[in-house]
Amino acid sequence: MKKEKEWNYGRISIGSRTFDICNAILMILLCVVTLYPMWFVLCASFSDPETLVTSSGVVLYPLNFSTVNYHKVLAYTPIWQGYWVTIRVVVLGTTLNLLFTSLLAYVLSRKNLMLKKLITGLCVFTMYFSGGMIPTFMVVKGIGLYNNLWALIFPGLISTYNAIVIRTAMQGVPDELAESASLDGANELVILFRIILPMVKPTLAAIALFCAVGHWNSWTGALLYIRKAELQPLQMVVRALLIKEKDLAQQGKFDVVKEMMNQTMRYSVIIVSTVPVLCAYPFIQKYFTKGVMVGAVKG
Amino acid sequence: MTEGKPQKGLVGAYPQQESFGRRLWRDLYRNRWVYLIALVCLSWYFIFCYAPMGGIVMAFKDYRPARGLWKSTWLGLKWFQEFTGGYYFARLVRNTLVINSLGLAIGFTMPIILALLINEIHNSRFKRTVQTITYLPHFVSTVVACGLVVNLLSYNGLLNQITGVFGKQPKLWLSTPQYFPWIYEFSSLWQELGFNSIIFLAALSSIDSQLLDAAAIDGCNRFRRVWHVHIPGILPTILLLLIMRVGSMMSVGYERIILLYNEATYETADVMSSFVYRQGILGGSYSYGATVDLFNGVINLVLLAVFNGISRRVSEISLW
Repeated sequence: MKKEKEWNYGRISIGSRTFDICNAILMILLCVVTLYPMWFVLCASFSDPETLVTSSGVVLYPLNFSTVNYHKVLAYTPIWQGYWVTIRVVVLGTTLNLLFTSLLAYVLSRKNLMLKKLITGLCVFTMYFSGGMIPTFMVVKGIGLYNNLWALIFPGLISTYNAIVIRTAMQGVPDELAESASLDGANELVILFRIILPMVKPTLAAIALFCAVGHWNSWTGALLYIRKAELQPLQMVVRALLIKEKDLAQQGKFDVVKEMMNQTMRYSVIIVSTVPVLCAYPFIQKYFTKGVMVGAVKG
Repeated sequence: MTEGKPQKGLVGAYPQQESFGRRLWRDLYRNRWVYLIALVCLSWYFIFCYAPMGGIVMAFKDYRPARGLWKSTWLGLKWFQEFTGGYYFARLVRNTLVINSLGLAIGFTMPIILALLINEIHNSRFKRTVQTITYLPHFVSTVVACGLVVNLLSYNGLLNQITGVFGKQPKLWLSTPQYFPWIYEFSSLWQELGFNSIIFLAALSSIDSQLLDAAAIDGCNRFRRVWHVHIPGILPTILLLLIMRVGSMMSVGYERIILLYNEATYETADVMSSFVYRQGILGGSYSYGATVDLFNGVINLVLLAVFNGISRRVSEISLW
């Protein structure tokens, strides 16, 4: 019995034991390194600004607990405007992403289409070559999406990669289901929405979650296509506060800059903008392995 | 409508001598709904993917927004010559290669090692905890992650406070050019290490356990089993990702770059994509920006094709 266990796990030898212990220590260290910056931000955001500035060394808990930073951040209207823009983009964008990507996936999953090779080729080619930032910018501007919320949704409407992932799932649905439905008089759209899509729900859920997080975190669309202050999504507002405070100064918003120079406020900005994603995290966890295949949508 | 008609059973039943045009016409009619959907999707591709590709002609023209793309004068390869002969060319290529080499050496290998180490954890609860924690930063936005880096590395930030404990003078980390590639690499490692290991863990879990048993019976200890069974088992995955990585050796995304760099670190931080952004979008030199983009895009495509070809010859693993 003991012999067999040795074969299976080889955990008896001293070398193997030592390795297990070292490995565990290494993993714990890795977790600490990963989590500490976030823990630090959380503590700092709840600390009294002046106590934190004058402190030295490693912060392990909120210093002189206070919520004054949050009062100031929550009173800053651009954050709420950004929240509202982002929520709209997440809801609309994710819905449309899913709809159009699964429509394309359905086309790609169909057998016996004479033009399928051509369609697949046209879609896949865009994965390897694109017009680039400037020509895309000109097109988006040319069709009147500049300074328009839709500029954050349309350019990324279909992801070829996700379409292929959904197609692969759809190919797993038995042909007989679609065939018997069509014998019963169902047309293509009914077959797609009533039979195929419900069968690939787990894949769709994974893609929806990753798209939603992608939209929440994305900012480059707004960087390129949005100028208006009231249409800036949350991440652009956060960027202005955390990284580009010089730009705010140029716009004459000195009071904001002065407040933000106080670092603890920046930490509360980080928390306020990240909490929704952290709330979604437990749900996303279920779909990690699938998500790797979908990971291409990260914002 | 097509109610009640058997649609699929007839495929292949038409006589062979029927012309291609007629067969196509029949196919288009029979699947008209599918083709309609395809048309809707493809029109998106034409507007947002192929129209910009057509817009690339501006790289060969002196594009002026007032004149429009068609009326702008042709310049041939002038922009290319200006770019490849210019001051920035060597700097951009060098920075791109330095950042990507670091990425290959650290950002690519670390997730593999992490996956192998996580795979060796036998306590499933501990294993899951490690995974949950290391995957988490992937979901934090790049803006927040970089904002964190900027603040933690600022003059009175966390890092200087920690080094201060050891009696070191505070430094301006983000304004010192030689630190930039490392800051870039470690900030992306912090975000992506765990998440990038998932794909290797998935590959590891699909290794046939009989192989492991056989190796154990043949007298392999744990380390030899990792070497002779686990690593060969995930080698196809590693190679596939390596092809993609090496194929994009000349491209660095501009997101993290423009969040982390500043005038003081352009020397080591500026890459093609951030250069395009500054020249094209901020500076308004559309043609010049499009030229650099095209140059970079073509190089990437060629690199990918070359490495894919090599891999297909050597190991029969390829992207297409």
